[in-house]
Amino acid sequence: MLQFLVRRLGLFIPMLFVMSIVSFAIIQAPPGDFLTDYIAQLASAGEMVDESEILALKKRYGLDQPIYVQYYKWASGFFTWDLGLSIEFRRPVTDLVNDRLAMTLALGLFTIIFTWTMAIPIGIISAWKQYSFIDYFFTVLSYFGVGTPNFLLALVIMFFVYDWFGWRITGLFSSEYMDQGWSFGKFIDMLKHIWVPMIILGTDGAARFTRIVRANLLDELSRPYVETARAKGLPEWKVLLKYPVRLALNPFVSSAGLELPRLISGSLIVATVMSLPTLGPLLLRALLSQDMYMAGSIVMILTVLTLLGVLISDIILALMDPRIRMGG
Amino acid sequence: MSEDQKPLATLADSLEEARPVNLDESELFVAGQWQLMWWRFRRHKLALIATSVVLFFYLICLMPEFLSVHEPRSEESTRAYIPPQGINFFDGWKPQLPYVYGLKGERNLETRAMEWKADKEVKRTIKYFVDGHEYKWFGLIPSNTHLFGLDYEVGKKDPLPLYIFGSDRMGRDVWSRIMYGTRVSMSIGLVAVVLMMFLGILLGGLSGLRGGMTDLVIQRIIEFLRAIPTIPLWLALAAAVPADWGVLKIYFAITIIISLIEWTRLAREVRGRFLSMREEDFVVASRLYGSSEIRIIFRQMLPSFYSHIIASTTLAIPAIILSETALSFLGLGIRPPAISWGVLLFEAQTLQAVAKAGWLMIPGLFVLVSILCMNFMGDGLRDAADPYA
Repeated sequence: MLQFLVRRLGLFIPMLFVMSIVSFAIIQAPPGDFLTDYIAQLASAGEMVDESEILALKKRYGLDQPIYVQYYKWASGFFTWDLGLSIEFRRPVTDLVNDRLAMTLALGLFTIIFTWTMAIPIGIISAWKQYSFIDYFFTVLSYFGVGTPNFLLALVIMFFVYDWFGWRITGLFSSEYMDQGWSFGKFIDMLKHIWVPMIILGTDGAARFTRIVRANLLDELSRPYVETARAKGLPEWKVLLKYPVRLALNPFVSSAGLELPRLISGSLIVATVMSLPTLGPLLLRALLSQDMYMAGSIVMILTVLTLLGVLISDIILALMDPRIRMGG
Repeated sequence: MSEDQKPLATLADSLEEARPVNLDESELFVAGQWQLMWWRFRRHKLALIATSVVLFFYLICLMPEFLSVHEPRSEESTRAYIPPQGINFFDGWKPQLPYVYGLKGERNLETRAMEWKADKEVKRTIKYFVDGHEYKWFGLIPSNTHLFGLDYEVGKKDPLPLYIFGSDRMGRDVWSRIMYGTRVSMSIGLVAVVLMMFLGILLGGLSGLRGGMTDLVIQRIIEFLRAIPTIPLWLALAAAVPADWGVLKIYFAITIIISLIEWTRLAREVRGRFLSMREEDFVVASRLYGSSEIRIIFRQMLPSFYSHIIASTTLAIPAIILSETALSFLGLGIRPPAISWGVLLFEAQTLQAVAKAGWLMIPGLFVLVSILCMNFMGDGLRDAADPYA
């Protein structure tokens, strides 16, 4: 196991390194340099350009030094959670990102819970009653679930809810809680809003997982041990739930780590449509306005989440399946 | 891949399944691979229907100009936000040639916006093969014939308004724009898939055939590309495309960006096939017989998994179309004045826009139908790809 961990980390760290270079390249991509843009932005806002502040910035981010020094200063900022300045908002990137990162993770977790609570029972029923009406119904539904792009679904649902009920289901908070700190009331308010993006983001995953559970369970149900259990007179629900279902759910455990980053990256577009206070709209805005410290840093944060997810799921998989940790 | 080790009885059974009823056994056993695949594919009713829909979409790609009613970029501010005009086939109970009612615009004095109503007094029968705006078919053949439309008004330059899918905020015809957008969106799928196939087969093939160092490097690259979050990277790359590039340049830039990330799955598959096939009896036999490496690759190995490559590339097309739509929808992909489904949906991005003019979401229907049908078609192909399985 230790050997596996070492080998796996040996892959993880260089990958982080390469990705940080890619993210840094994004920061450097647009023409012109950060400082000139920053001064121009200050000037256009009609503010005095403070000479000492500029000097401090230069020193902090190594802006007058070669590119590798700039890279080092930005990348090492990850450990102290200081990722540069946003030109557009004239505030540190981390200030802007913190809240939204938390909301992004919360939305991701809620969606995963939704996905599982939908997929597991439906998958079990579909396999148990194979070729029944229920099975066909959910099969067709899951085809649509996988085939429908999330952002289209979001648009359509938003439109019909507005058209029929006159509700605007955008955002995650009502206007009175928007700028307040966290309180119990705000949390309840969030729960009232989060279910819509949760369902929209979850349909695709729920449909995919339903197919997986169904297929796995069908495989298990045709095994001799199920026949034996039935022959011994075990009640039908026990025959089903005690062993085959447990085995069929194995892939869920291992894919949990993969699903979260996948959701976060997938939620970018939906979040933009529904103007959710998550990382997506912020990244899009930063890219469109060439606010590059922000864009690069958000890409890097998303990458770290993804790589961590893959790492965790690999480790869980290795713990569960000795073939993986022994072999290549 | 080991059909030769399968008991002959099961093989015959699985062939039997695909056999058309009125065919005798001797014909079945001599039928070629492609014949068997077709028989199998044909049994997949849903895939057959989906295939015809997809072909229909590509037919639109060939002649959006002919199918359009208005010039897709001509703006007419006095005709903004016209709701879709219903086409009527009955007058009371009497069947009629398809006709539309005239349009009556009234300015709402409170909101200062035009409100359009059907003018039941005026009935206009839709004409076929009418003259309209000039266009050049594939930039070569000049014409001004359109499949359908209304007559010219006396003394006016444009034909009478016919907006079967309504008009957008600049008074452009949504139907005509969808037709043009279909060409861009569907063709991007094809162009990107060709690029993806090239990269996937070349690099996957090299990796599987050479092995050693080449294999190691290519595999690490693939692993890396698969581990990074796709959508943020796409967004970042697309945002880096300079805004002053021409329409065609942006089109190819977006195509390249999409296929650069999509090729990895195919490369893996190709590599796996080559690896497993290197040791197959028929390949070994051919090698012992003294065939050259090139001959073995192209005559022995590749033909045995052409069908798989086709199936998996077919399944990649809808994913690519969706990526383009998503990018353009966010304003980072294809940009106006070019038209694609994503560009059209960009107009319907906010709840305000959609609440005001719900018909701006119609392009989404085209996206949905094309993607679903391509998925069904790809599934059918994948099932049929290995007729000996």
